[in-house]
Amino acid sequence: MIGYAWSILELPLLAFVLIVFVTRRSRQMSAAIAIVCIGIAAVLSLFLVLPQVMAGATAQGDFSWLKLLPGAAPAGSEAALKLGIKVDPLAAIMLIVVTVVSLLVQVYSRSYMIEHGHYDPGYSRFFAYLSLFTFSMLAVVLADSLLFLFIGWELVGLSSYLLIGFWYDRDPRPGVHLLAPWIAAKKAFITTRVGDVGFLIGLIILWNRGGTLQMQELFEQAERGTGPLFQASLLGQPVLFWACLGLFAGAVGKSGQFPLHVWLPDAMEGPTPVSALIHAATMVAAGVYLVARTFPLFHAVPQALTVVAIIGGFTAIFAATMGLVNNDIKRVLAYSTVSQLGYMMLALGAGSVAAGMFHLFTHAFFKALLFLAAGSVIHSVGTNDIREMGGLRKAMPWTWATMGIGALSLAGFPLFSGFWSKDEILATAAEGAGPILLAFGVITVFLTAFYTFRMFFLTFHGAYRGAPSEAHHAAGETTDPHQGSPADAGHHGAEVERGIQIHESDWWMVGPLVVLAIPALLVGFWGSPLGNNGFQRFLEGSEFHELQPNLVLAGVGAVLAIVGIAIAWGLYGARAYRTEPLARFGGLYTLLWRRYYIDEFYMWLIDKLAIGVAYAISMFDRQALDGLINAFARIFAVGGGGLRQMQTGRVQNYGLVLFGGLALIAVVLVVVPLVAR
Amino acid sequence: MEFLVPGLRHFLVLGSILFALGMYGVLSRRNAIGILLSIELMLNGVTVLFVAFARYLQSDQELAGQMFAIFIITQAAAEAAVGLAIIIAIYRQRRTVQVDQLDLMKG
Repeated sequence: MIGYAWSILELPLLAFVLIVFVTRRSRQMSAAIAIVCIGIAAVLSLFLVLPQVMAGATAQGDFSWLKLLPGAAPAGSEAALKLGIKVDPLAAIMLIVVTVVSLLVQVYSRSYMIEHGHYDPGYSRFFAYLSLFTFSMLAVVLADSLLFLFIGWELVGLSSYLLIGFWYDRDPRPGVHLLAPWIAAKKAFITTRVGDVGFLIGLIILWNRGGTLQMQELFEQAERGTGPLFQASLLGQPVLFWACLGLFAGAVGKSGQFPLHVWLPDAMEGPTPVSALIHAATMVAAGVYLVARTFPLFHAVPQALTVVAIIGGFTAIFAATMGLVNNDIKRVLAYSTVSQLGYMMLALGAGSVAAGMFHLFTHAFFKALLFLAAGSVIHSVGTNDIREMGGLRKAMPWTWATMGIGALSLAGFPLFSGFWSKDEILATAAEGAGPILLAFGVITVFLTAFYTFRMFFLTFHGAYRGAPSEAHHAAGETTDPHQGSPADAGHHGAEVERGIQIHESDWWMVGPLVVLAIPALLVGFWGSPLGNNGFQRFLEGSEFHELQPNLVLAGVGAVLAIVGIAIAWGLYGARAYRTEPLARFGGLYTLLWRRYYIDEFYMWLIDKLAIGVAYAISMFDRQALDGLINAFARIFAVGGGGLRQMQTGRVQNYGLVLFGGLALIAVVLVVVPLVAR
Repeated sequence: MEFLVPGLRHFLVLGSILFALGMYGVLSRRNAIGILLSIELMLNGVTVLFVAFARYLQSDQELAGQMFAIFIITQAAAEAAVGLAIIIAIYRQRRTVQVDQLDLMKG
């Protein structure tokens, strides 16, 4: 099995290398290579790795990567760094999520990256990046040491940066606080970097005190409960607490949790398949996966779990409120992603890996579905603004139906996938997270249902509110710089209508939607009480303990979800949309609309604090340090100027000095012995 | 009157005087030709010393001093040729052979 796992990991890398070095110029070949490679990987993980893991097998393999000098290795560890992979139930689940969603997204991208019959100029580059991302994500998933995980972690950060800024030459779209893609990419990269510094610090602590980065060995140390990892350090907390906090900081950055959530909504400037794959299903879930992966460490220091629960619970409700008022179809989904990731963190913090991972699992499918459906809408309508949509149900029945399934699942409508996993989280929170965080979780159910269906009804129901298509039609026929030969230009112009005519997307795009709708609808049963908690049994193995189904919470959750959908229907579905009904809340609405002014606050902080400090340092550099250097330089300049005077250019002067010196030496040699005697 | 009998010391004084005169000329003459002549004088002073040492001091290689004298005479001829060539080249460029005017290398 380990051989299969290695090939799953390496296939996307192979695709990346092939596209970059061989098929870069041939667009269809690049797409085909990427899709075939990830397709093979998906088949391998679904039909070869998963059945074996379900039968109880795990596998591990590694190789020695770097030899360390004896002095560089901490006491009591091997003098080599190992890179290795490990397949266990946790990794197998993520393997399924990553390969399947990545495959569907790449199939979808095959058409999405062709707009109105024109290939995107970076078509091959897009598939190369997607393959690179998939490889990096699989490295995160399969890694058996924190070092390898960190390498993959940084690589997914890089791919995310490259893909958000994929349209690096585009200007910002018109609208309130929208960024140009290349700025959004930088924002995402730098914000997550803040968390990654924490991750690195955590790794350094573990390496210095634990003596290894192999996860299995660290877990054994954590299980013993004594040893160097449990020495008291800062604030009387054990060393392990700070290490866990460092790892969690990395997770906070990657998963867009509260203080570092600002990058995720802006990451929506990237192409929509990227948002579906990276910023919904896989990469942002890597933070949750990291905490789940290193859960034995967190479990050993309950204080760290409390921090995880508080951050998660707060982020869930905090992001949901911002999702209420946004008018960008992808940003609404982005806030819902942040909010759902908060749920997962809450579940982990409450002590249940199974609940968190179960929600991660269902969320990956229905959120990828929602994003791809949103992409289908954007591809057809040509705008992200839900105020300019409406009434798309008739024109795009497949997109409508599949997105409806995704939205019901996200809202936690009974019997849909999201319902089961959300219920599991609420039950876990009721047991282990305290009343306030539970209340946060329950309120978020209502908010989620409301904003999801606000977006859904505004997009698909009511009347079309976009610009009349005739105007675009006329403009399209007269000046279309991309149109082919003049002979068929008229024919094409009428048919394509600059893409403004609303149409269902082709089967390359609808196909993945339909395929994703199945798990979004059904996969929840695997982990539901109806399915005998199969998911949890699989994940936890022998440590599985049955959680009593909390019928009260399940009922409350279901009712709140239905009420949220009903209110959304009343405000947005049942009547024509002219002004924003929520705007009557005045200041509160503005506060949410401006995203709690957190972005402004960060900008202010950077302007005043960072730039102030940088200015002070630059002054020190220019005045003090440069002054010192210049003083040295001046000494040599002055000294050199003095010595210049001796270079008269007259040979006889040199000769005089030469012979004078010689005579002096002779005199000394004669006189000194005489005097000394 | 023993000091009138020629001996090693007389030749040493003679050679040294020749050398010192030559050195004075090298350092004080302004004409490049004069300097060249003074260098010849210094060389001859040295030659006298070599021959005198060879004549008066015991040595395993009896003719070493004389050999050096002949070498010096040979290389003095070569040096005069090269030196004069240089001086002529300078004169063509600068229209002068006064060395105190030749200070292009001044720092």
